[in-house]
Amino acid sequence: MKNKSLVSINDYSKEEQERILDLAQEFEQEPVQNILKDHVIASLFFEPSTRTRLSFESAVNRLGGKIVGFSEAGSTSVKKGESLRDTILTVANYSDLIVMRNPVEGSARFASEISSVPLINAGDGANQHPTQTLLDLYSIRKTQGSLDNLHIAMVGDLKYGRTIHSLVIALCNFNTTFHLVSPVELKLPSSVKMHIKEKNLAYHQYTEMDEVIPHVDVLYMTRIQRERFSDPLEYERIKNAYNLHRDMIRHTKENFKVLHPLPRVNEININVDNSPKAYYFEQALNGVFVRQALITSILGLK
Amino acid sequence: MTHKRIKELKVSAIENGTVIDHIPSNAVFQVIRILKLEVFENMVLFATNLESKKYGTKGIIKVSNKFFAPEELNKIALVAPHASIIEIRDYQVASKKIVETPEKIRGIVKCFNPNCVTNHEQVAAIFVVVDKEDTRLKCHYCEKITTRETMVFR
Repeated sequence: MKNKSLVSINDYSKEEQERILDLAQEFEQEPVQNILKDHVIASLFFEPSTRTRLSFESAVNRLGGKIVGFSEAGSTSVKKGESLRDTILTVANYSDLIVMRNPVEGSARFASEISSVPLINAGDGANQHPTQTLLDLYSIRKTQGSLDNLHIAMVGDLKYGRTIHSLVIALCNFNTTFHLVSPVELKLPSSVKMHIKEKNLAYHQYTEMDEVIPHVDVLYMTRIQRERFSDPLEYERIKNAYNLHRDMIRHTKENFKVLHPLPRVNEININVDNSPKAYYFEQALNGVFVRQALITSILGLK
Repeated sequence: MTHKRIKELKVSAIENGTVIDHIPSNAVFQVIRILKLEVFENMVLFATNLESKKYGTKGIIKVSNKFFAPEELNKIALVAPHASIIEIRDYQVASKKIVETPEKIRGIVKCFNPNCVTNHEQVAAIFVVVDKEDTRLKCHYCEKITTRETMVFR
């Protein structure tokens, strides 16, 4: 995988994805190493991010690498009207690998094709966010022991949520049974369902989450955004219907875990946080190991 | 036979040039725009809503003294996937072929997604044709699908 940019989750085969997960497991055992000491990683965040940017930077720092970059476009020549092309061509001279988040969709593919160094997409608008998918896979594998044959419920905005789309597509390689819980207006798009159908996998659709919780291995919650609704009353109704609280996870399977890509608003009550079934903060920590695995693998160091 | 004769009377023959036949009726004006025939100086004849055995109705365009390059014809295939291109020399059919939708399209169509990088940077939009019959184009960059309804030509 040396020099192989990661823009979309499909850029990596199932085997390559699993190799990253195996490597992440090694980094979890030994997260502080000095293998990036001669390397400079560019971290270009054209829009704000907490978890993704900090976990990338933490991943690099713990491996002894140096970071150059910015956390908002406002402090750069982009503000003077510099094109993305010129920014990338310049930064590629200063670094061995570029990590980029940019609100413009397709910007990561474009940048990866003009850059002389490999690029990791840390989110391009509503399009792709493949490192989130890898850390989700890692979290599921770690809590369940395997990725194969699981029953996974996905709850919330299944229509616009890019993490959901990429995760569904990635899980199609592992014989998953999907339980899709969403308001009618936010159902999983048919373009994503197509992947499930192509693999002849089972999926079930629900509008309420109560009935699925006792039967699934993983409950993957997502945020429902106010701006998706034209009717504010409808948003209020749905917001309250998709609120997970501790009573609801009393009767679950032994291995049951709640995941969430974060940030959450009010879809998970804070009384769930200290339940042993809550896994979302560990999930965020796993992002560091997965990104360490990805960076070292692309730089040909592992 | 009678049918054919009537049609020929409706759109008169040309001596030299190109006949584009079997255009879906609703795509005739798009074809005119794609080939920039509205600013063409020679004679252009066109008709639409003609009867067609195969397609119900169809349109036809006859362009005098003009032969098209293959890449120009590729553009037509996006709105008229079954169009036939007939080259006429001295009132005779010199060649006849069906346009073919290419696998990949570069620089002709705009990505319909206003937030796509191709609408922000100086880079030609590239699409993979995922459905030739319904003309569904998947953007190589933003991965969104541009359809015939949302298609705009550069």
